[in-house]
Amino acid sequence: MSIPAIAQDNKAEVIHWWTSGGESAAVKVFADQFGKAGGAWVDSAVAGGVNARTAAINRTIAGNPPAAMQFNTGKQFDELVEGGLLTDIDAVATANNWKANLPQALIDATTRQGKMFAAPVNIHGQNWLFYNKELLAKVGAKEPRNWDEAIEALDKIKASGAIPLAFSGAKNWERLLFNAVLVDKGGPAIWSAFWAKRDPAVLKSPELRKAADTYKKLKDYTDPGASSRVWNDATGLVIQGKAGMQIMGDWAKGEFSAAGKAPEKDYGCVILASGSHGFIFGGDVFAFPKLKDANAAKAQALLAKTMLDPAAQIEFSLKKGSLPARLDVDASRLDACAQKGMKYVLDKNQQLPSDVMLAPPAVWGAIEDVISQFWNTAMTSEQFIDKLAVAFKQNQ
Amino acid sequence: MSSRASAYSALLPAFIVLAVVYIGSTVWTMWMSLTGSRMLPNNNFVGLRNYEILFSNDRWITSVHNLAFFGVLFVAISLALGFLLAVAIDQKVRSEDSWRSVYLYPYSMSFVVTGLVWQWLLNPTLGIQKLVRDMGFETFTFDWIAHAETVLYCLVIAGVWHAAGLVMAIMLAGLRGVDEDIWKAARVDGLPTWRVYASVVTPMLGASFATAGVLLSTSVVRLYDLSVAMTRGGPGIASEVPAKFVMDHLFERANISLATAAATSMLITVIAVVAPYMYWRTRVAARGRA
Repeated sequence: MSIPAIAQDNKAEVIHWWTSGGESAAVKVFADQFGKAGGAWVDSAVAGGVNARTAAINRTIAGNPPAAMQFNTGKQFDELVEGGLLTDIDAVATANNWKANLPQALIDATTRQGKMFAAPVNIHGQNWLFYNKELLAKVGAKEPRNWDEAIEALDKIKASGAIPLAFSGAKNWERLLFNAVLVDKGGPAIWSAFWAKRDPAVLKSPELRKAADTYKKLKDYTDPGASSRVWNDATGLVIQGKAGMQIMGDWAKGEFSAAGKAPEKDYGCVILASGSHGFIFGGDVFAFPKLKDANAAKAQALLAKTMLDPAAQIEFSLKKGSLPARLDVDASRLDACAQKGMKYVLDKNQQLPSDVMLAPPAVWGAIEDVISQFWNTAMTSEQFIDKLAVAFKQNQ
Repeated sequence: MSSRASAYSALLPAFIVLAVVYIGSTVWTMWMSLTGSRMLPNNNFVGLRNYEILFSNDRWITSVHNLAFFGVLFVAISLALGFLLAVAIDQKVRSEDSWRSVYLYPYSMSFVVTGLVWQWLLNPTLGIQKLVRDMGFETFTFDWIAHAETVLYCLVIAGVWHAAGLVMAIMLAGLRGVDEDIWKAARVDGLPTWRVYASVVTPMLGASFATAGVLLSTSVVRLYDLSVAMTRGGPGIASEVPAKFVMDHLFERANISLATAAATSMLITVIAVVAPYMYWRTRVAARGRA
């Protein structure tokens, strides 16, 4: 008879935006594990990241917060911390030895004022190149290791009549593609000078100039249908062999698996980097608003602990297609691409925090607009760099 | 209680709603545009800095240009086409009711649905271009939606398709109000029909044109969903509109101060256009009474 009462005490409402098939299966892993640990997961799924965050933030400001809310790993919750609206989970982190088992970049991304304010639950690599193995073999191209080699392959695909680069024209994907080029041409130093410091000197560097030229060149390898295509349809073109390759985050693997394609067999995955560095990663975190009820705070601590439990981490990653945030998990069950990804994550030199981890939304948004203009108009690289300088200056 | 007092007390709730919801929110929005608010509202006064940033922002400038360009073409073409449709139906055609329904049908759809349908039709790899090419015209090209220079025409096409039926309904009502005797008189004078429409009937439809024009103009100012559903503001920033600028910066970009500065600029622009018109209307009304 006492079971409902306990469940009542440990009730935790979680706002998240994981609504697609694979995503909801993944979030169910957390819900089930939380239930086994004695909690009661109250699911509040809101479709669309912006909508979910807006709903959660509005409720928090209005004084009726959920127990946990999802954010992208980065600066999205900074102002909630500054406003004293979030509770820190440093005690849970210390008790469960997170700090020894999480990549440093994730610890940095969730620590404010010396305390951890969010639980990082996964890692998404953002600059993967996915390609159709059969098509590349047919046109006589091998797996590219950097953009120069990729462009050789793109030329061969173009000559064969297929679409060389599958693309979906939206501002965020235009930024994602630019980032993939920037990492290859610039490496970690330029990356951090560009997104973290927004140092005007970086705009004068030959590396940035090379990145801009290469990026602009890629437009010639996309098709006219790209501008109104969504990202998963672009992935579909690679799956069907109508297009050769696509730059996308590892969430694209879900499309390949749904079509019955196996990683490193039917499709290949590789990170393009001229040096050996450059795995851009983001992910998702859960933050915990301050609640009045002491029991609710206990439920929050339990929830945070459950989400970063090694067993839950690996089950979640298998369903979601992401990499586990914890490094001390058994990676042998992950797919071939994820295992490649784990190698990058385990190597400190490879970890590049994503743009949204380094710059607040207002800032990366302004830069995104400039990148998008550059991609879609006759703008030259010089004009692009001048416009970037203005965006940097306005957002210092 | 005098009848006057009871009338005011009955109006009080509506007045409070007006004061708090409309005026209060407007004032708050204007205040926010003078602060440094990013994700959460704060009261750090920064003067006109947001307006400086706004008016040196390419995307905002483009949005405003786009709105003016779209507005002029959309209103003019919708009025012209709607009027012609109404005249066509006015010729005592057979099964008039069905024609009317067909033309009015697009208006029953939201801008989101309209935008999606036209996005597919105009998509060069799926829509009209592919259809015509599959019929054997290999060189046929209709890829306006994929180019920054032409994408606005696509928004106009979809917008006109959506609104022309409504204009037609308003114009038809106006045409039906024209006195039969005028037609008889014109026939006696031997005037050709087109001449009667151009010189006699059209000037009599002033009120219908004004009504349709005002309705179309409001949908221009709040243009948002069509751009979102059809082009997501792209390619690049080529089909961005002011309302989308406000929404994107309010939420995804977490930049309340810039979003409210944009919203305030929109409000001021609308007031600048509407105020002289209202003044003119009251002058005309006063002269009419005198």
